Amino acid sequence: MSSKTIPVIERIMGANDRVALSNREILDRHGIHAVNVMASPGAGKTSLIASTVKALDSRRAVGVIEGDLASTVDTDRLRAMGVTAVQINTGGQCHLDANQVREGLNALPLDKLDIVFIENVGNLVCPVGFALGEHTRLGISSVPEGDDKPHKYPTIFANIDVLIINKTDLLPYIPFDMPEFHRLVRGLNPDVRIFELSCITGEGIDGWAQWLVDHTPKP
Amino acid sequence: MHELSVTESILDIVCRHADQAQANRITRIHLVIGELSSIVDDSVQFYFDYLAKDSKAAGAELVFKRLGITLRCENCQHQWEPPSADWTCPSCGIARARVETGREFYVESIEVT
Repeated sequence: MSSKTIPVIERIMGANDRVALSNREILDRHGIHAVNVMASPGAGKTSLIASTVKALDSRRAVGVIEGDLASTVDTDRLRAMGVTAVQINTGGQCHLDANQVREGLNALPLDKLDIVFIENVGNLVCPVGFALGEHTRLGISSVPEGDDKPHKYPTIFANIDVLIINKTDLLPYIPFDMPEFHRLVRGLNPDVRIFELSCITGEGIDGWAQWLVDHTPKP
Repeated sequence: MHELSVTESILDIVCRHADQAQANRITRIHLVIGELSSIVDDSVQFYFDYLAKDSKAAGAELVFKRLGITLRCENCQHQWEPPSADWTCPSCGIARARVETGREFYVESIEVT
């Protein structure tokens, strides 16, 4: 049986990327700044969103799309603060994809929002490979995770726009070479914007909140 | 990178192209994967064998062309292949690198009968 070769040259992430682009168009039409929040479980994704909402002090209206394998723990916490949040339970999928975010966008009152946080599934590996339509890819590292994470997870550090180093209140107790951490991250990602802060004490939050305000169109 | 949804996407792409070419069977699939994509070849073949069972691509062999990471130093324009995730330029010692190759992730071609 004769065989022939057919050229394809098609990106494997093409289908997801097309939906992501369409999500982005919807967000832009509503003047919304979307932030994809990615980090290991426990690094402080929900805490950061909660602290940011407090620090924004109604300067911008926030909505949240919550991604988790199961439960509504994070959504409940945010709703108790008065934040508009929708829950996406992925079942087993270890990251959010563009289709799921579209579901979330359909359920949010987009006309009333300026910022949408997309809290991704806790995972330092998979989420960064899936475009969602976001404007800002935000990664969170936390001090207790250690300062060697850029060595071990270069892909996420190389592909984010903003890096937040959370739990700086623990620096007196945990060996963490901050200048070396910055140097490693900057090596992988020359343009990344880095904020050091502590959600629990509030230190550094205002600087980050101001950046967000400056990068989100006025309502 | 996530092997299952990646595999589903590959299957969708190759079957569509085989249909367009009115081919009956896909025997081999050529993939170009940059090192920054970090999927595990054996896992993808494993998922593929399972998912492709009743399709035109049943039994197709996946061939992975791995492209390494090459970087360009933003400071001195030196190009090199980094031995680790420490992207310090070996020429000028500054750590500010741009990725030249390594992000590729596509189906290059299929062999059909």
